[in-house]
Order: sequence, then C-alpha cells, then structure tokens
Amino acid sequence: MELTTILFYLFALVTLGSAAIMVFSKNIVHSAFALMFTLMGVAALYVLLYADFLAATQLLVYVGGILILILFGVMLTSQGYTLSFKTITVNLIPASLISVGIAALLIFAFLTTNWTISEVAERTDTVYDLGMLLMGDYILPFIAVGVLLLIAIIGAILMSTRLSADNEGAS
Amino acid sequence: MTEYASNIHPMAAILIHAAIPLTIILVYALVAIWGERKIAGFIQDRLGPMRVGGWHGWAQSIADLLKLIQKEDIIPTNASRFLFKFAPFMMFAASYAAFAVIPFSSAYIGSMINIGVFYLLAITSILTLSVIMAGWASNNKWSLLGGMRSAAQMVSYEVPTIATVLTVVLVAGSLNLMTVTEMQAGNDTLGFLPNWLIFQNPFLIVAFIIFFISILAESHRVPFDLPESESELVGGYQTEYSGMRWAMFMLAEYADMLLLSLLGATLFFGGWNSPFGDFMSGPVWGFFWFMLKGLLLVFVMMWIRWTLPRYRVDQLMHICWNILIPLSFINLVLTALWEVIF
Repeated sequence: MELTTILFYLFALVTLGSAAIMVFSKNIVHSAFALMFTLMGVAALYVLLYADFLAATQLLVYVGGILILILFGVMLTSQGYTLSFKTITVNLIPASLISVGIAALLIFAFLTTNWTISEVAERTDTVYDLGMLLMGDYILPFIAVGVLLLIAIIGAILMSTRLSADNEGAS
Repeated sequence: MTEYASNIHPMAAILIHAAIPLTIILVYALVAIWGERKIAGFIQDRLGPMRVGGWHGWAQSIADLLKLIQKEDIIPTNASRFLFKFAPFMMFAASYAAFAVIPFSSAYIGSMINIGVFYLLAITSILTLSVIMAGWASNNKWSLLGGMRSAAQMVSYEVPTIATVLTVVLVAGSLNLMTVTEMQAGNDTLGFLPNWLIFQNPFLIVAFIIFFISILAESHRVPFDLPESESELVGGYQTEYSGMRWAMFMLAEYADMLLLSLLGATLFFGGWNSPFGDFMSGPVWGFFWFMLKGLLLVFVMMWIRWTLPRYRVDQLMHICWNILIPLSFINLVLTALWEVIF
C-alpha cells in the first residue's frame, strides 16, 4: 500500500473514532477534547487532498478558536470544575429517527452521485488562486460575509456591555 | 546526508530530514536552561550554577536531566488519567510541528509549503489546548486557574501576533518563510544597512515592537507569565506534574520560545542572511547567523524575565485589547498606505 493510502485510513480512523468517543462519552469535557481530535483528523484529510490553506484554516478557526470557546463555556457554566458533571440521554426516539434519516440521505447521495476522480497535477500555489478568486469573482459574497461578521461583533459587544452595566447598577 | 539515506530507504530520508529540528531543539534546550540560570545569576549579582562539570557548571542541565529521568511519575488519584498523561506530549508535538516551516539555512527547511507562516500560527494554537488539557486533567484548583488564564491570554495575544505577521506578509508578498528570507538579501537600504524588513519602513519597527510584546505573552514569559505565576498559583497548569512529564512541559516552553524568536528573526531581521552582504554567507554561515539572531531574541526574553515584575490579569487584558490590537490594526493600514504610495 502507498504511504498516502495508509495515512488516509489512519486519519479516517482517528476522525471517526474520536467522533464516536465525543458522542458516547458521559463526561462533557472528554467530549470536547475528543472533538479536538475529530477536527484535527479532518484537517489532516484536507492536507491529503492538497487543500493546505483550508487545513490550516480548519486548525486556526476550529481548534484554535471555536473549541477553546466551547471548553471555556463548559468550564465556566458548570457547577464546580471537578469530574462531577454528567450528561444524560433524553429524547431517544426522535433523535435516533432524525439521525437515521440524515444518515440515509447522506448515504443515498453518496451512492447515487457519479463521482469523477481527476488526476490533477500537484498544486503548489493554492493561496494565490484563492486570493484571486476571493478578490475577483467572489468579491461580493466575501464582503457580505465580512459585514455580517462585523455586525455580529458589534452586537456581541453591545449585549455584553449592557449586561455588565446592569450588573454594576444592581450591585 | 539526506540523499545518502534515501538510497537505503525513502522512510529513512524522511525521518532524518524531520529529526534535524528536533536535534536543534534538544541541544538548544540544554544550553538555554543553563544559560538562563547563568543570566539570572549575573543579573542578580551572583554566580549561578558553578559546580557540575568544572568550567562554570556547564553540565548542570545534563545532571538535572539525569535526575528528572529517575523521578517517579506521579499521577493524582482523581486526575483524568489519559488526558493527564497525554497533555505534555501534545504540547511538545505542537511546538515541534511548527518548526517544519522555519528556514534554518538556505539549504534546509523542513517543508517548502506555500502557506508557511499561516501553518505555523495555526499549529501553535494547539499549544493553548494542551495547556487547558493539563490544567483540567490535573483536577486541582491551581492547575485549572492556570490553564484558564493561559487560554484567555493566548487567545487574546494571538490577535496582535497575527496582525503584525500580516503586516510583514503584506510587505513581503509571500507566506512562505523561505521566500520572505530570500527577498531580504543584500545591503542597499540607505546605502549601508542590510535589506532586512525592519529597516524597510518605519511602520515595521512599530510592528516588531508589538510582535515582540505579543510573543512574550504567547510563550508565557515575564512580565506575562500569569499561567504559572508561582507566588499565586504554585505552578499553574504544571502543579501536579513531576519527572519526565514536567520536563516535557519545560522542553515545550523552551522550544516555543525559540520558535517565536526564530520567527521574529525571519520576519524582521533577514533570517539566514548575513549582515555583511556576501561576506560570511553560505548555507553553514546562514545557519550560524540565523541561530545567532534567534538566540539574541531569546536572550532579550531572559533579560526581561529577570528585570521586570509581573502584570495583573486585568492589566494583561487591558494591554492586549485596548492598546496592542488597535495599534497593530492601525499599523497594518498605514503599512498598506505606505506600500501604495512608495
């Protein structure tokens, strides 16, 4: 077997295994750390697809940003920081119905689509092409996303300042 | 060397190629830990370690390492065992992985990927997670507080670091650190100065100052060493660690210091370029200059550590969000304007 194939199966195993641990773990912090391995496994799969910029973005945004926020949220909102907080299983039937439905849809799409595998030459300058596309053909969506994020930031700041002003008034 | 190894087996070549930064880190860590104690000694008007090995106690780090190998590996009863054992290795793996894109000389770079410095910034974000992991898994209030402080600090200071790196990328026009270094060759600035980016325009000097303050915070050095401030948190996230696991944390911290210093040397001080133009240049001299520049920055970090007191948490956040982040973004815009005009 080629090295790339071995690495693909290795990273696929890491991704799926840690995803399973994340779903089935009873401890919410263990779930969050398992999610980290899932996200890193997906990043490694991007690298195997020559999407190096996307892989680094995945690491920077999901592992370096969102996951740390999740951990912060879990640790700050739970009562105490010890191993005591547990998760319980609720809504078993609707949840399993929806999951099975989505899984069936995805497998159906996977099986019926006509996948074409093209032998591309090794791409070396992904950043240049991405930049040209973002600043050329896709400039409008790019700026729209930027404005949306700016509005979200302003909204978050407004909400948090109002909250802290209320708290200061109360105390 | 690499060609010779690839005749035996392609895997051997890959392993040797990947082990070069590891060798540099390990030798550097032994020297830097001894050096830090000596510098601390001289700054505080004492001699530092003097006994082991004869000449100025040069073998002190080796003796310490041998001692740490023999220590018992203590795991607290209520700790989360897997995460507790795993965190130090993940931390070192993250900082070692980042060395892949550092051009050590004109002849050696781990990986010539095109997104170089972006990859470096992305992979070092795993460091934050491993600190939280160690802090939480220890099941100790000091560890957890240290881990949380570290996470808040590193997430905050990542913003000015990335903004200043972006300033350099804007001027250099490439994310690949090898290309960034190559374009700083020659001695033409103002007739005699090297073509290093820090001499290219005045805003890059401001960018370097912001970058240096941010890397002090990112690598947990005084005056920003709140995650392990021993007077309030015992040892921060490493309180419960002992023996070789603790040594892994120490190694990762020193590797992180070297990594960020070498990044600063590449981005602002011409990487492996000789300061005298063609004189004393070449692959081996390039390695010498590059390490010299990096180690000078490491020395400044140590000098600051034994000179300045520590900031409070609120002061730390104030410096980052109210001063460094606005300043770095204004600096980015001004650099862009400078590039358009000149």
